[in-house]
Amino acid sequence: MTFDEKYFDIGRLDRLSYGETFVHRLDPRAKVIGTMLFLLTVVSFSKYEIAALAPFFLYPMLLVTVGEIPVRFIIKKMIVVSPFAIFIGIFNPILDTRTAAVILGVSVSTGWVSFLSILLKFTLTISVALLLIATTSFSGVCHALRRLGFPALFVSQLLFLYRYLFVLMEETMRIIRARDMRSFGKRGTGLRVFVRLIGILFLRTVDRAERIYYAMLSRGFAGDMPALKRSRMVLRDLAYLSVMIACLWVFRFFPITEGIGRRVQELLR
Amino acid sequence: MSHHIVEFKDVFFRYPDGTQALGGINFRITHGESVGVVGANGAGKSTLLQHMNGYLMPASGTVTIGDLRLTKRTRQEIRRKVGIVFQNPDDQLFMPTVFDDVAFGPLNLGMDEASVRERVNKALCMVNSLALRDKPPHHLSCGQKSAVAIAAVMAMEPDILAMDEPAANLDPKSRRSLITLLKTFKHSKIIASHDLDLILDVCGRCIVIGDGVVVADGPSSEILSDRALLEENSLELPLSLQRR
Repeated sequence: MTFDEKYFDIGRLDRLSYGETFVHRLDPRAKVIGTMLFLLTVVSFSKYEIAALAPFFLYPMLLVTVGEIPVRFIIKKMIVVSPFAIFIGIFNPILDTRTAAVILGVSVSTGWVSFLSILLKFTLTISVALLLIATTSFSGVCHALRRLGFPALFVSQLLFLYRYLFVLMEETMRIIRARDMRSFGKRGTGLRVFVRLIGILFLRTVDRAERIYYAMLSRGFAGDMPALKRSRMVLRDLAYLSVMIACLWVFRFFPITEGIGRRVQELLR
Repeated sequence: MSHHIVEFKDVFFRYPDGTQALGGINFRITHGESVGVVGANGAGKSTLLQHMNGYLMPASGTVTIGDLRLTKRTRQEIRRKVGIVFQNPDDQLFMPTVFDDVAFGPLNLGMDEASVRERVNKALCMVNSLALRDKPPHHLSCGQKSAVAIAAVMAMEPDILAMDEPAANLDPKSRRSLITLLKTFKHSKIIASHDLDLILDVCGRCIVIGDGVVVADGPSSEILSDRALLEENSLELPLSLQRR
């Protein structure tokens, strides 16, 4: 993937969040709280848990369907970050060799079980986090965090990150284009030139930061980012949150998958 | 009225790296005047503008805005009076949506929610950009960004408007609507630009700066038709005055 494509890809995640579906219209605070509870519940399972995680896939699947998010796009994004999860779990089958079960004559070690559990948890948490960003404007998430009591400094850093990510990308793109235009073949694309480009980019960024700060001061900035209250929690949001909490509670403390399995067995008998 | 006066008296400024940017600037701009500041690259135009609201402080000499002398203590007060529009709108639009950005100034002035909304709508209407209010700045064109940057400053309702190259990066049509817009403002205006036609159109008075001092100061029509003076300062006659 070239740099340009990568850049427009990030823009796409941002563009998805301007949709107008039921999920998009929920109050950002409700979605942030819902997502956090979901993440906490998923990671609270023990490291050998597999079956009990299955019902949780319902939530990302619902978000994708109701929020009209292209599934392939989300999956692609997850593959990009998947090496982190794979490297965390990859040594489990080697280190943890106790036998957990024997399926069709092949013994499966607890290491493989915990590896699979890590992958499932990774899939659940990352997809839900991506879907939160894809269905909520980034500024909406930031304002939600601020109003939920996160420190102002932290939130304003996030806001700036979002705003200037695109500017910085364009700056980088221009520099890389200028380099490519004047480096014929391999010369000029080497590491030494690259290091200098990074240096230039850094200096330009520092200059820009100074100009932005000047712009903020010119408009009366005195330490805190002010924000208007823009949304109210309505019945819809409360309903979403209560259903969410109820489902999470049931999925966490009752063995749904096992129950379904038993019912199926009974019916087959 | 005396409160919209801008006065520079013997202002010197030197950058930390030793470059002397201003070497004794003197001028006085009275209420409602609109003044163009022209000069070669590096003549000190931007440095001059940055003194107007105390981002840079003069090494010696005084800057007076209205009845306030610029000091570290009066800086906040002066920033309410002088609105500065930057050359690069990306530096100025730092909030995630247009609405948030225009509301930034008024919120910092401690206004309540209803009046902030009113101010924002008014300012965006003024630059014909009300439809952009919920867009993030990175999805705007250059002309739209400039318009929003002006709205962001106008929402503070400043007494004095200072602009650094307002027409850079604009296509001819956006430039024309900017000129029309600027003509409707009754503020004192100070515009630093290389676009001499814009200055001729908008500003009655023109100050030429060279090497950190005022080289010439007078009616735009006189100064901008003085070929020798302009060429001495790396400028040329405005296109509308060139006859071949």
